Amino acid sequence: MSGSGTRPGFGALSNGRPWGVGLGLAALTVLVVGLATRFGTVTISLGEILALVRGGGGDPTVRFIILELRLPRAILGLLVGGGLAIAGAVFQALLRNPLAEPYILGISGGAAAGAVLVLALGLVGSASWLLPGAAFGGALLAIALVFGVATSARQRLDVRVLLLSGVVVGAFFSAVIALVLSLSDASTVRDAILWMMGSLSGATWRVVGIVALYTVPAAFVLLALARPLNLMAIGEETAGYLGTDVERTKRRAYALASLLAAAGVAFVGVIGFVGLVVPHTVRLLVGPDHRILLPLSALGGGVFLVMADLGARTFLAPTEIPIGVITAFVGVPFFLLLLRRSLHG
Amino acid sequence: MADAPASLAAPMNIVATGVTVHYPGQPSAALDDVDLEVVPGRLLAVVGPNGSGKSSLMRALLGMVPLKRGTVQLAGRELPTWERQDMARDVGVVSQHESPSFPIRVRELVEMGRYPHVGRLAPLSAGDRASVDAAMEQCQVLELADRRIETLSGGEHQRVRIARALAQEPRALMLDEPTASLDIRHEMEIFQLLRREADRALAVLVITHHLDMAARFADEVLLLGCGRRAAYGSPDAVLSPGILEEVYGWPIAVRMDEVTGSLRVIPLSS
Repeated sequence: MSGSGTRPGFGALSNGRPWGVGLGLAALTVLVVGLATRFGTVTISLGEILALVRGGGGDPTVRFIILELRLPRAILGLLVGGGLAIAGAVFQALLRNPLAEPYILGISGGAAAGAVLVLALGLVGSASWLLPGAAFGGALLAIALVFGVATSARQRLDVRVLLLSGVVVGAFFSAVIALVLSLSDASTVRDAILWMMGSLSGATWRVVGIVALYTVPAAFVLLALARPLNLMAIGEETAGYLGTDVERTKRRAYALASLLAAAGVAFVGVIGFVGLVVPHTVRLLVGPDHRILLPLSALGGGVFLVMADLGARTFLAPTEIPIGVITAFVGVPFFLLLLRRSLHG
Repeated sequence: MADAPASLAAPMNIVATGVTVHYPGQPSAALDDVDLEVVPGRLLAVVGPNGSGKSSLMRALLGMVPLKRGTVQLAGRELPTWERQDMARDVGVVSQHESPSFPIRVRELVEMGRYPHVGRLAPLSAGDRASVDAAMEQCQVLELADRRIETLSGGEHQRVRIARALAQEPRALMLDEPTASLDIRHEMEIFQLLRREADRALAVLVITHHLDMAARFADEVLLLGCGRRAAYGSPDAVLSPGILEEVYGWPIAVRMDEVTGSLRVIPLSS
């Protein structure tokens, strides 16, 4: 990066490692999108894919599978996985807690309650936007509730209260879900559980467009907060003394990271562990500077989710496993390992 | 990036007038009508018993707690008109505690001292790196550059944090008990460093419990008792047994030390 002779620090940039990891992840991204478009219930030959890339007509069924089913699904996976990973990295810095993840502040609970309500009332068929709309609304309600509690004291956003009220609000929505499900018939319960375990099967180009509209700008604004987030991870008081407007940073980072998580959960359901596993892995590889951590987590989260979705579609094909099962099977062992490390810290 | 704040023309005087801080829900004020002035080249030691308002005073001077009454001026500008980033270019602060929530290396922590001077995402320039190296050199932490913060001893950690404050290239320094729980050598090294910084025309304010160090290194001493100014002036004037006994509630003798040529405070048996 820089030609000066001094040794690198946050300029871990200058020892080339983040560039190596970044290029590797970028290459992986292209690779997994390729794999995800080729494999599935029907395996498509490389020749057919190449023909399509070259603009050749090819078999209309193949064309449809690739362009209208698998490609939007892969792109949605990149967007949601990347968003969740960025949200996780931001929450870990903001809450000063390495175990924080995108849903820790009740977001998934609110979204799930909204979705389950729509399913239980039998409204799913009436409009395609109703399920994600209700999930998004539930997530926003949870965010507003948690934020309201955490700022009620002295006009400051207290991150410890944020964490606590998030957990409590989440518990409340869990109770709402339990109540609604206990009054519902068996098929609704099954639909609700499948929704809550997450799936990318609802991907269309329209959904990709909507999610991108939320995810991409939010990700860029969070990236611009990278240095303040570095300071917040040291401590709020120190961050203030080093020139950060702490309150503004906290509010922006909280709002945007919550929005990222809410946009994802609304369209694909609750997919756990992406926001926990990915930022920690990237941090181990390239260090804690958010200028590097955030973009690389975005790439890593996308790769992880698209791979998990490929697994979900192919392991028991033609039956699709909920994607949350796959991310948890990978995420739980990792989480336990992390916990062990931090205890031995 | 424009590096020079508009206030550069005015000398970096720290002036507090009638500063009063009352935390909500507390029966009495944490700080009551406190005045002080630190000018470039001078070192002010703020001393007093636990809970006498020393840390509140530092936070008040830095705009971190709202004032109920009184004013604070830095370089002739009243506090509310200071942006955080401008202040961070002029005032280096070492607070009492901090604990990074993720593993971070010494150089990375010191480089944060350059944040007030650089753009949002731009890498540090060669000039920034030089400032970081100079600050680390001054605090003798260059050889620790690649160590992780959590592996440092208490004395090493404090020197690293002071290096970060110096990397800001500030015109004033404020430190809250920088030598708490440090051994003799590390304590002396830090006070000598602060004295040198004052002598190269920084305004330095240090909170400490070590009255002997205050007597030896400070130009002025501010003694706080229950949030009020109990005494303020030269070490010889402030460190008198009568005043100290009243503020600390303990019998105290004060002697001139032949070796250092400054006052030594001796707590007696009750």
